[in-house]
Amino acid sequence: MTSTSRLSRWLVLGVLLVASVYFLAPVWWLLVSSTKTNADLFTGNGFWFARFALFDNVHQVFAQQGGIYWQWLANSALYAVGGAAVSTLIAALAGYTLAKYRFRGREFTFNSVLAAVLVPQPLLAVPLYLMFSGVHLVNTYWAVLLPSMVSPFGVYLARIYAGASVPDELIEAGRIDGAGEFRIFATIALRVMSPALVTVFLFQFVAIWTNYLLPVLMLANDHLQPVTVGIVGWQAQRGIGPTAVPFNIVITAAAISAIPLVVLFLSLQRFWRSGLVAGSTK
Amino acid sequence: MTTALHERAAGRTTAAGARRAGRRRRGRPVALFLAPFLVPFVALYAAPIGYTIYQSLFRMHRSGLGLTAPTQVFVGIANYATALGNADFRGSLLRVLLIGLVQVPLMLLLALGLALLLDAKSTLFKRFFRLAFFLPYALPGVVGAIMWSYLVAPGLSPITALGHQLGLHLDLTSNAMLAPTIGNMLTWGWTGYNMLIIYSALQAIPAELSEAATMDGCSAFGIAWRIKVPLVRPALVLTTVFSIIGTAQLYNEPTILHNVAPNLSSTYTPISAAYDAVNANNFNAAATESVILALLAFVLSFGFLKLVQRRGGAL
Repeated sequence: MTSTSRLSRWLVLGVLLVASVYFLAPVWWLLVSSTKTNADLFTGNGFWFARFALFDNVHQVFAQQGGIYWQWLANSALYAVGGAAVSTLIAALAGYTLAKYRFRGREFTFNSVLAAVLVPQPLLAVPLYLMFSGVHLVNTYWAVLLPSMVSPFGVYLARIYAGASVPDELIEAGRIDGAGEFRIFATIALRVMSPALVTVFLFQFVAIWTNYLLPVLMLANDHLQPVTVGIVGWQAQRGIGPTAVPFNIVITAAAISAIPLVVLFLSLQRFWRSGLVAGSTK
Repeated sequence: MTTALHERAAGRTTAAGARRAGRRRRGRPVALFLAPFLVPFVALYAAPIGYTIYQSLFRMHRSGLGLTAPTQVFVGIANYATALGNADFRGSLLRVLLIGLVQVPLMLLLALGLALLLDAKSTLFKRFFRLAFFLPYALPGVVGAIMWSYLVAPGLSPITALGHQLGLHLDLTSNAMLAPTIGNMLTWGWTGYNMLIIYSALQAIPAELSEAATMDGCSAFGIAWRIKVPLVRPALVLTTVFSIIGTAQLYNEPTILHNVAPNLSSTYTPISAAYDAVNANNFNAAATESVILALLAFVLSFGFLKLVQRRGGAL
């Protein structure tokens, strides 16, 4: 190896290291800070440990406001699992139909779905709030669950995958054997499409778990809120007074709420990567 | 002759009839299969858009002392004139435009550079770096925003504390620093996501192309610039469009930053301005501001698509 190429290799490594410090240092700060007492947050080196108070902090998070943090986690799980499961099933059926049947309005339907992928979600949140308040759905579980059940991006992914992976011959064989159209979908297509459906589920789960604007608009009742809205609510109750929430509690609560997603991302890496690739070759 | 024509016509109708019957036979499952998606899709996507446009053309008229119920009056585009005449709302649009104009190119250049470095053959520890860059995306946006708000908050910030030791007195929540601070939050959160899309596209390029170029005496930088970048153009276009739309929806970061920077206005971005209008029970103004923002996002993202299409190269 020549000396210039060795030099350039070290240079590349140096640049990547600097970049990873930029991306990792804040997360490191969050982890370190969740182990500190409220007083220690304001003194000493922010990036290094002080008195170890992690277990005390976790205990305080789950005791704050009558233990509402449990409820928030459960609500987030309900919204994310329920919304993602329903939207994935619906998207699979719609994507399969758009890929495998010829009918009038097929292109128009697909183009509308594509256009909807490009609509900024928060722009829909305000009008949805207005409509839902008209039919008295505001401040109910449905206000967040219903919009979570529709995923145009899921239909897009499902259609691409069904088109590429479900062979027409398999469908014809099912028809010759006398299977109904729905049975063919449920027993043949769904099985072939399952890797793509995991991706759709994952993307929708993440989108719902991280959503903030829709639930904060729709839910004024603390007990219906997902964990994102709850934590921001605590963060806003700063300062002194009986309702003040100390910084260490907000920081530890934020760190805990990130665990489910990080675990999901790490354990299902190959699925979200395949989803990103499908998106980039559009 | 006529009989032949007649027969042919008849043949045509039976063929068409068979086709139609076929369509009818499969037409039923199509409608049934699409309904579970299309019905909520229309109700929760198309209807809100239509309803917003409708609301933006009306105004609640309250009589005199407000003792009687307000009535809805058609006002045409008057709400649009009001919204665009509102200095706060205009300011929020301009602010988001400016943040996008600076932050989006910087972020995508960083994402492209990191993706190219990760794609280079001799790079070490690829898996570690890929995960490190992507980690911010795996954190909920709200958690990232809370974290950064404390990282810049006066009194709590380890960054300003570090600056103090070096003799630098910096307030990252001062008015002048608000936009750069928010831009940094966006860059931190989304570079890894964009990098992964570009990196995936880079990996799809056949290795023979780079090998041939190396044999022709092309440097690694030359290969990246002349071969790889043009080939990942579709990924760059896609990430740009997603970033433009993302900037238009800017809401979480400023809202959360407001908790540590009370000087940050409640109408900092167009979405927060619309949300403000909802809180003031001025639904017509909220609807109008939403439509204006949607139009702006649409014009910018499709304008960008048209621009790169005209410059040649398939999307």
